[in-house]
Amino acid sequence: MRRLLGGVTVAGLVAGLVMAFGVAPREATQGNVQRIMYLHVPSVWVAYLAFVVVLVCSVVYLVRRTEGADQLAHASAEVGVLFTGITIATGSIWGKPTWGTWWTWDARLTTVSILFVMYLGYLLLRGMIEDRERGARFAAVLGIVAAFNIPLVHFSVLWWRTLHQPPSLMKPGGAAMPDVIKYALLVNFAAFTLLYVYFVTRRARLLRLEAEAEA
Amino acid sequence: MWKDLLVERRSKETLNALFFFGLLLLFIFQFALGPDRERLAGTLPGLLWLGFILSGLLGLGRTFVAERENDCWEGLLLAPGDKSAIYVGKLAGNLLLMLVIEAILLVLFGFFFNLDLAGALPGLAVVIALGTVALAAVGTLFAAMTAQVRARELLFPVLLLPVEAPVLLATVKATEAVLLGETLGSVAHWLKLLAAADVVYVVVGVLTFDFVLEA
Repeated sequence: MRRLLGGVTVAGLVAGLVMAFGVAPREATQGNVQRIMYLHVPSVWVAYLAFVVVLVCSVVYLVRRTEGADQLAHASAEVGVLFTGITIATGSIWGKPTWGTWWTWDARLTTVSILFVMYLGYLLLRGMIEDRERGARFAAVLGIVAAFNIPLVHFSVLWWRTLHQPPSLMKPGGAAMPDVIKYALLVNFAAFTLLYVYFVTRRARLLRLEAEAEA
Repeated sequence: MWKDLLVERRSKETLNALFFFGLLLLFIFQFALGPDRERLAGTLPGLLWLGFILSGLLGLGRTFVAERENDCWEGLLLAPGDKSAIYVGKLAGNLLLMLVIEAILLVLFGFFFNLDLAGALPGLAVVIALGTVALAAVGTLFAAMTAQVRARELLFPVLLLPVEAPVLLATVKATEAVLLGETLGSVAHWLKLLAAADVVYVVVGVLTFDFVLEA
C-alpha cells in the first residue's frame, strides 16, 4: 500500500514536471520564469490543506484522545511548515525577476510568512515538552487557536496592503487562463496532494513507532 | 480573580515594575530613534502598540507565576467545577492590569511626545479596549500552557507574537487614523476585525482551557 502510494506519487510528480515544462506554453510577458507557478501554487495549497488537517486532528484528539490523531496532527504540521517554506522560497525566486525584489510586504507574502512563524512556534512547543500526553494536549490547543487565526490574518493583511496578482484559478466566472495551463496546474495539484498524503502517513508511522519504542 | 487583584493591590509588585518598564521603553524609543519630533510623530501609533505589547508580554507572562512559585498549581488542577471559570477570572485580572498599564503609558507618551490626546481619547479608548481584550485572551491561555514548560519566558512570546500579528496590524492602523482626527466610522472594518478576534479568542480560550489545566 505504502509502496503503491509512493509509486503513484512519483509518477504524478513526473507527469507534473512534463506538463509544466513540456506541455504548458511559455508565458508571453514573464517568459519561462512563470513556470515556477506549477511548483509555487500547489505548495501553498498543500500548506493550507496541512493546517486544516492539523485543526481537525487537534479537535479529534481533544475529544477522543486517540494517539493516532495527535501523531497525524504533528506530522501534518511538519509537512505544512515545510511546504510553507517552499512557497516562500519559490515565491522569492519568482518575485525577483517579475517584481524586481526578493521580498516585499505584499498581502499574501505577509499572510504566508505569518503562518510560517505561527506553525514554527507550534513545532517548537512540541519539541519543548517532554511529557508526551501533555505535549499533545497543548499542541492541540495551539493548533486550534492557530487555525482560527488564519482568516483573521488573511483579512488584516489584505486590508493592510496588496500587490500580488489576484488568484487566477478559483475566481467567480471561471479561470482566466488557457486550458493547457489549467490542466498542467491541476496535474501538479494532484501530484502535490499525493506527495502530502505520502509524507504525512510516513511521518505519522514514524512517530507511532517512536512512541511504541519508548513505551 | 479577586484574590489575584488583592495580592496585586497589596504588593503592587507587577504594576510597579511594569510602570518602570514602560518608562524605560519610552526612553529607549527616543534614544534609538533620535529626538526629532516630526519623525517620531509618524511612527507614534506603532511605538505606542509596541510599548503595549512588550509590557503585555511581561505582564501576561506572569499570570500564573504566583500559583507556580507557591506550589498552588495542584490547587488549580484540582479546583472543582468548570475550569473555564478560572480562565475568565484570570483574563479579567489581566485585562484590568493591562488597561491600567496602557493608561499610564498613554499619559507618558502624551507627556514625552507633546501630544494633545484629549480630542482623540474616546476613539482611542475604543481601539485600545478592543485590542487589549484580544491580547489578554490569547495571552492568558498561552501563559497557562507555557507556565508548565521549561524555557517558558522564551516560549511565551514566541507563541504569542505570531498569533497577535493581525491584532497588531488592526490596532496600529486604527490608532493612526484616530490620532489623525478621523472618525471611528472610517476604520469600522478594522474595529470589526478586532471585535471578531476578541470573540474568537475568548470563545476558543474558554472552550480549550479545560484541556490546558488537566491533571
